[in-house]
Formats: sequence, structure tokens, C-alpha cells
Amino acid sequence: MIKVTIDDIEIEVEEGTTILNAARMIGGDVVPPAMCYYSALPGTGGKCRTCLVEVAAGSTKDPRPMPKLMVSCSTQVMDGMIVKNKTSERVIENRAGVVEFLLANHPLDCPVCDQAGECDLQNLGFENGKEATRYEEERRTFEPIDIGDHIKLNMNRCILCYRCVHVANQLTDQRVHGALHRGDHTEISTYIEKAIDNDFSGNMIDVCPVGALTDRTARFKSRVWFLNPMNATCECTKCSGKAVVWMFGKEVYKVTTRQDKYGEVEQVDGKPQWLCDECRFDKKDVSKWTIEGARHIDRHSVISQGHYEKPNPLDNKPKNIK
Amino acid sequence: MGRKLLLEHVDVPGIETYDVYRNHGGYKSVEKALKTMSPQEVVEEVQKSALKGRGGAGFPTGMKWSFLAKPEGVPRYLVCNADESEPGTFKDRYLMEKLPHLMVEGMITSSYALGANTSYIYIRGEYMFVLEILEKAIAEAYAKGWLGKNILGSGYDLDLYVAPGGGAYICGEETALLESLEGKRGNPRMKPPFPAIKGLYGCPTVVNNVESLCTVVPIINIGADEYLKIGTEKSSGTKLISACGNLVRPGVYEIEMGITVEEFIYGDEWCRGIANGKKIKALIPGGSSVPILPAHLITKTAAGETRYMSYESLSDGGFASGSMLGSGGFIVFDEDQCIVRNTWNFARFYSHESCGQCSPCREGTAWMEKVLHRLETGKGNMRDIDLLADINKKIEGNTICPLGDAAAWPVAAAIRHFREEFEWHVTHPEEAVKRNYGLLKTPEITL
Amino acid sequence: MISTLETQAKRPPFSAEKMEEVQGIIKQFPEGRHKSALLRILHIAEEEFGGWLSPETMDYVAGILNIKPIEVYEVATFYTMFNLEPTGKFVFEVCRTGPCMLVGSDDIIEYIKTKLGISKVGETSADGMFTLKTAECLGACGYGPMLQCGKQYHEHLTPEKVDALMDEYRAKYTSTNSQN
Ligand SMILES: Cc1cc2nc3c(=O)[nH]c(=O)nc-3n(C[C@H](O)[C@H](O)[C@H](O)COP(=O)(O)O)c2cc1C
Ligand code: SF4
Ligand code: SF4
Ligand code: FES
Ligand code: FES
Repeated sequence: MIKVTIDDIEIEVEEGTTILNAARMIGGDVVPPAMCYYSALPGTGGKCRTCLVEVAAGSTKDPRPMPKLMVSCSTQVMDGMIVKNKTSERVIENRAGVVEFLLANHPLDCPVCDQAGECDLQNLGFENGKEATRYEEERRTFEPIDIGDHIKLNMNRCILCYRCVHVANQLTDQRVHGALHRGDHTEISTYIEKAIDNDFSGNMIDVCPVGALTDRTARFKSRVWFLNPMNATCECTKCSGKAVVWMFGKEVYKVTTRQDKYGEVEQVDGKPQWLCDECRFDKKDVSKWTIEGARHIDRHSVISQGHYEKPNPLDNKPKNIK
Repeated sequence: MGRKLLLEHVDVPGIETYDVYRNHGGYKSVEKALKTMSPQEVVEEVQKSALKGRGGAGFPTGMKWSFLAKPEGVPRYLVCNADESEPGTFKDRYLMEKLPHLMVEGMITSSYALGANTSYIYIRGEYMFVLEILEKAIAEAYAKGWLGKNILGSGYDLDLYVAPGGGAYICGEETALLESLEGKRGNPRMKPPFPAIKGLYGCPTVVNNVESLCTVVPIINIGADEYLKIGTEKSSGTKLISACGNLVRPGVYEIEMGITVEEFIYGDEWCRGIANGKKIKALIPGGSSVPILPAHLITKTAAGETRYMSYESLSDGGFASGSMLGSGGFIVFDEDQCIVRNTWNFARFYSHESCGQCSPCREGTAWMEKVLHRLETGKGNMRDIDLLADINKKIEGNTICPLGDAAAWPVAAAIRHFREEFEWHVTHPEEAVKRNYGLLKTPEITL
Repeated sequence: MISTLETQAKRPPFSAEKMEEVQGIIKQFPEGRHKSALLRILHIAEEEFGGWLSPETMDYVAGILNIKPIEVYEVATFYTMFNLEPTGKFVFEVCRTGPCMLVGSDDIIEYIKTKLGISKVGETSADGMFTLKTAECLGACGYGPMLQCGKQYHEHLTPEKVDALMDEYRAKYTSTNSQN
């Protein structure tokens, strides 16, 4: 075990733990936001740069500070390392910068986005952003497309976290979508029209931190905060059958995996409880499910905090948005 | 005449063919290394020579070689970085095109030092004609027994191949290069692990620039002691400089480190001054990524000392009043050139070349390009200048690979030294456009 | 534009001879690392199959390397040298980066546009002969303005030189096409 101090709180962790995971063991404010890292998907992380932290001392052996801010999701702790997250002005300043970058080309269409209320970017902007964006240029735009019968892709909202690409690589045997082009022209796409249709592809929707990938089978228009999430199970040979069924009255609006407070799929004995597409997309009848009870949403989220109605940095739309 | 180690025989007719090259002392370093030195001794000789990597970063080559991991039963690779795409840099192409056997010889001697039995030259796709020249030289080398099994009866085997890129500056970054060589998108990897531990196919790998590997040949031939006599204390040997922009005689020159910048620009042996009798306005001494220097900081440092062509003298004054030798891409601006327009051009370049993986670089470079374009075409305001400086700060140091920094530095330096010109574009929009484009319409922008 | 007949002819598969070349390239890489050959094969495929990479061509290459088609699309769209749409018979790629701009690349680009009667970079002349593209620094900065056409570099460009080049390429096309 090795010792690391994050925002003045000391914790002992196993060797090889990342700063982010060490911070998650402490919990609360010392946890940096993570938009691209996803524990159940090896290989994710390092891209969004929201999880930047300051390393004030590298280790007991070499206590020099690290000159650059480090990505906590992909940097391993060392014995005696001292990390600053919320206590570092530099982190706060630069993270606000990252948020501004991520929002630069984001359509800010929260009022009509299905993800509103459970969008990590919305939360991120609320908690780490500045009042207004200085971005006055024209935004890049894409037409939303249906990729198969189950999933809709609205590329305008995508933050290129690559999580969905990892899902397709790791959970399915035929990846048909990926990152195309490069630079700020990069887009998630199938290139030629292809349906994404595979036993586990629906999990892409859950790992997507924004409303870029949404469930086409969700049955009617509703905002998440009008829905009642219920823990439910079903007998399934392909997947865990452990789901959250989002109810509106007696109707099933949509089915998702169970997620922890960091928006990641729950793991049981180190096994992520992914859902198969049949359970997710085809079981829209409440009789198919055994309801266990209400789901407590303890996620760091505007839904649970009920502050979505407050003035929000995202409402500050620049002029040139049509 | 300064001493030439690389280009000594470049003008000999037929030097690109095996026989002529061999008759001019070619492949001697291979003979010397394989017959009289152990691999470790070759590494030590290079270390002693204090050769600094010629790709831009200037990392000591011998030290990099000594870091190479050598786990039992795992192949090691040497990969030559021939992606040369830093604007202003065209020396590697010159070397490979004119002296393909020097490249091959450098690869053999260096691969031997590192214990690599398969080596690759990753060359930018646009240099397909150079690739063909190299493959011809490689075929000749195989035929003469310099490549293949049991070279010179030493028991050492080496296969050498050339692999093309497909048009992407970022593949010059060593980990993006390795991804590309594995047939993937050129997305840089996160470091650590460094290529010396986990590189090509997850195996220990050394990535070196074309010129660095070619320079190994004279170092082994003349010995490190002799090599150290050339150049300055901190910048040993000779360096290829590719000079371009508004010069009387642009081109590739091999200089002894430590000649003065003034001599290089105005000397008869070198660039012979500014074209069309004009005055110099600015200089970018080491490729588009390094800070620009205004006229008064070119031949003299801020302290009034003579500026030399060396790592230490060009960076004298740090970023405040100095620059870097970088890749040796020496870009000269005459008095009529517009710094704002050039800064925009480079910003556009970096935005176009960003791989797009990490958000500060992907979004930040595109944003800077747009703001600079507004300024350049007379549609900017004073706030934009500060905005640029701030976007810069938010990119710098916050990205996966140094392309983010490379995009940020030139903008920061241009504003630092030429702020008035940026302001003039805001206050005199019409004149600014007229000056830059004469009869031309606003240029078309395609990204 | 390219005639239907021409495009029909320029479709997969590779000739036996080309296939041998391709197999040789695959062998340059260690067992199981055949994907490394992708970029070079795409260059060859583009040259063989009409100067661009159609989805059909890319799927064919994916088949040869036994990789997923999306892996080819990801790569082909990342690198700017690959044409994802049909082009004219000759593509002029003029360098537009700083050092070339300092010595007049903008004027050359404008000149070629006028000569070809096109309004934008990326367009093809009405006779289908030339496509104008711009490129980033091609490593010829000291010899600008310059352009690349196929594997060939043309340096120190002037309007007169551009005129001569166009005539040269037109003649080349006519002579190769009258042979067969
Ligand atoms: C964006 C970027 C582009 C680069 N381009 C090149 C290049 O074209 N050629 C090169 O040799 N090194 C380039 N480098 C540097 C390489 O990453 C690496 O440091 C170099 O190849 C090491 O060789 P050396 O030590 O012999 O210089 C680039 C680095 C970055 C960050
Ligand atoms: S679609 Fe969603 S999951 Fe996929 S890269 Fe974009 S933001 Fe990430
Ligand atoms: S800094 Fe730019 S080029 Fe480098 S990894 Fe990030 S996005 Fe790609
Ligand atoms: S979560 Fe660490 S970089 Fe995205
Ligand atoms: S800038 Fe045009 S070739 Fe380098």
C-alpha cells in the first residue's frame, strides 16, 4: 500500500492506482470530473482533459512538483505524492478552459436534448465552467442520423470521448462505427450507412456522457425528471438482466444499465453489469420485469440536486446561434 | 569553407548509386562497427559525441539509445523518422534523395548498436518518389551483402524496409508515427510508457530523425573525439539548415555549429542576404513551431551579444527574447511580409494537422485559426488579441502531445513581438487587407 | 468527368501482378502485424482503381488484410493524401503553408483557378483533366511556390511554368490514351 494526499486528505491505496481512482476512494469534492475515462472500458481516458490535477510533489523519493498539470485518470499515484484538485487555482482556471473548449462547438440545445438532466457536460459546465462563453465563431454542424433501428446519433453534441468506440470494440465482435476524419472535423460515424446492430451495442448509449447517442426506442417525449427510475431485473441468458426501468406512470419509457455516482455501469465482483440489446430495446412491457423498488439516483447530477432551473452558464447563448 | 560531414560528396555525379558511394568511403562505418566494435561501444561512441537529436527536440541521441529496454526474447526496433513535415524544414528529403546510401548506412550501423534485427524508415507519403530511391538503394545494399543474414560474417542480421505515411504532420510525433506504422490513425499515445520501453508492436523501440541517424556514420568513421572538435561546446558537430523565405539563395546547407547568424544570412557561402534588396523583418530559426524573432533580436541577443547558429545561442533569452534551433527550418521574412497573416497561416496549419484526440488542441487550434483569420482580414477587434493570448495559455501544457504547444508558441511569440501590427490590423482593416492581398480577393479558406 | 466505362474498368480486384506486390508488402511486417501494410496498400489501390478510394475499394482492401471495413475508413479519412471522391485525371496539389506563401503561393493558386475556370480549391476543370487541391508544407520550402502532381514535385512555379505544366500533362494523357 502507498500513501497519497489529495486536497490535504491522505489515503492509502494499492500500487498502480490512478490519481482519479484514489480520489474516488475519498469521494466528495476532491474527485476530479472525468468525461472520457470509464473504468469498465480499458483503454479509455486521457482525451477530454477535464480531470487535470496539479501534482505538488511527485513522491517521497522525488518530491519535486510536476511542471505540467497531469490527467488524473491516467496518472498512477506514487508513494508520498501530493495532489491538488479543488485547492489549486491553476486547476480551476485550466479546467474552466477545458470546459470552454468542450462547449465551443456544442450546440447548447439543452432545452430540446433528451439527455438534459442526466448530461455530464451540463453538470460539468455548471460546476466548473465560467459564466459565459467567449466563442463567437460559427459552430460546426452535422445532421442527426439514425444508426439502425435502435440508436440515434447527434454528432453536434459529441465530445469525442471515444467511449462508444471502446464499447463496440470490447463488447461486440463487429465494430461498424468509429472516429473518422481528424482535428476539429473528427466525427463519430459509420462512413457508409450501416446499422449498428449487435447484441451489446445499446450500451453505447449509456456510456455516452452527452446526448450524442440516444435511444430511438424510448417511447414518448419526456424529460428525465418526470420519470421514475426503478431497479428491475429479468431473466436473461445473455446479460445480467439487472437494469433500471424508467417509468412514466405504468409505462416503460426506456431501459438502461444501473449506474454509479460517476455515471458508470455498476460492477458486481469486478464484472460490469452490461445489458443486452434485447433487454434494453425490446422489453418495454412492465410485465417483462420484476420491479425491485425505486432507484436512488445518487449521482452528482442536476437531476438529484434539482438545480436545473437555476440560471445556468449554458443558457448564455452567443448571438450567432440560430 | 566549413567542414562537411554529411554533404561532403553530395555533388559527386552518381553518388546515389552504390558503386560511386562505396568508392567515396561509403559503408566504412558498418565495417568499422561490425568488425571492430561491440554494439555497446557504438552506443558509447555516439553518447560521447554529444549528438543531439536533429528532429527538433534536441534530445541527446546516445542517451536515448542507452534507455532502450532489452528484455530477453523480445525484438527491438529502430524506426527512422522521415516524416519531415515541419513547415520550413526540407533537409531530410535532401539527404535521402541525394544520398540514399548514407541513410541506409546510418540505419545499419545504428540498428547494430541497438540490437535491432528489423528496422523501418517511416517516410511521409508525399515523398513517394524518395521512397522509391531508398528502396533502390536498399536492394543494392542487400545485393552487396550489407543487409540480410550474417552481415560481413559478423553473425548480425538486419532487414530494412521503408513504409509510407499518408499525409499527416502529426505522424512526425514519435508515438503517432508508431501508430501509423501499425496501420492506424496517427493519434499520439500517452507517455509514459515511452517508446524505449513500449514502442512498435509494444516492443522497445528507438525513433530517430533522418539527419541524426545519418550523422552516426561520420561519428563512427572519425570517432567522437574528432567530432567533438567541430562546433561549440554545447552544440557539437555540423547541422543541416534548410533556409527558405525571402532569401537570395535559399536551400539546404551544412554548417558547423557556431557560425554567426549574420554570416549565415548574408555570407556568400550561404544565403547571400535578403531577396530583392529588401531588409529583414523577422526570422523563425527552427521550423514553424519555434518562436519568431523580430529584426533587432536576430543577429544580436537581447543582451547585445552576437547570436550564433547553435542550440544555446538561438535559445538565449528564453521565450522572452530568444527562440530555438529546432529542426533547423530557417524562415526569413522581408520587410513587406505581414506577421499577422503568417501567424494565421501557421495557426491554420496546426488546426488542419491536429489529430483531434484531445479537446484543448482540437478545439483550441481551430478557435485560434478563426480569430486570427478575422483579425487578418480586417474583421477583428482589440479584445481578440487578448483572447488569443488566453486560448494559448489554456492549450499550452494541457494536451496529450506537444503539437498543442507547437501551435500555441508561435502565436504567443508573434503577439509578444509584433503586438502593434495586430493592433494596426484592427485600427486599419482596409489597409491591412490591401497590403496583404494587393489585387487578390480575400483568399479562400478551406480547412 | 471520368466516363462510366473508365470507372468500370478501374475496380477491384488487383491484377495478379499487383497482388504479388501487395503480398510482398505484407511480408515486410512481423507475423500478425499485417495491418501495418494498410497505408501502402491504400496508396496502391488508389493508383490502380481510378485515383480515389471508393467504399468498394476500401472494403476490398479490408478483405485482403482481414480487418474490419471501419478500420480502413478510419485510416483513409485521417490521412489527407487519400481521395475519397473521384478527381480529375491529374491532381495539382499546391503547397499553401507559410514559407511558400512568403514567396507567392497564393498568386499561383489564384492563377491555376483562373486557368482551370473553377471557383474553388477542390474543384475539377470542366474537361475532367485537372483537379486543384491545396496541401500543407511538402518539404520544398526553399524552392517555392511548388506543387505536387502524382509522385512528381514541380518547384519555382511561375504562371508561365504552370501553363507549360498543363500542356505537358495534357499531352501525356493524350499519348497514353491513344496507345490503347
Ligand atoms: C507535432 C510533432 C511533429 C514532429 N515532426 C517530426 C518530424 O517530422 N521529423 C522528426 O524527425 N521529428 C519530428 N518530431 C519529433 C519526434 O517526436 C521525435 O522527437 C524525433 O523523431 C526524435 O528523433 P531525434 O531524437 O533524432 O531528433 C515531431 C514532434 C512533434 C511533437
Ligand atoms: S458519441 Fe458519445 S460516447 Fe461516442 S465519442 Fe461521442 S460523446 Fe463519446
Ligand atoms: S495535442 Fe493535438 S495532435 Fe496531440 S494528441 Fe492532442 S489533439 Fe492530437
Ligand atoms: S477523464 Fe481524464 S482525460 Fe478525460
Ligand atoms: S511551405 Fe511549401 S513546401 Fe514547405
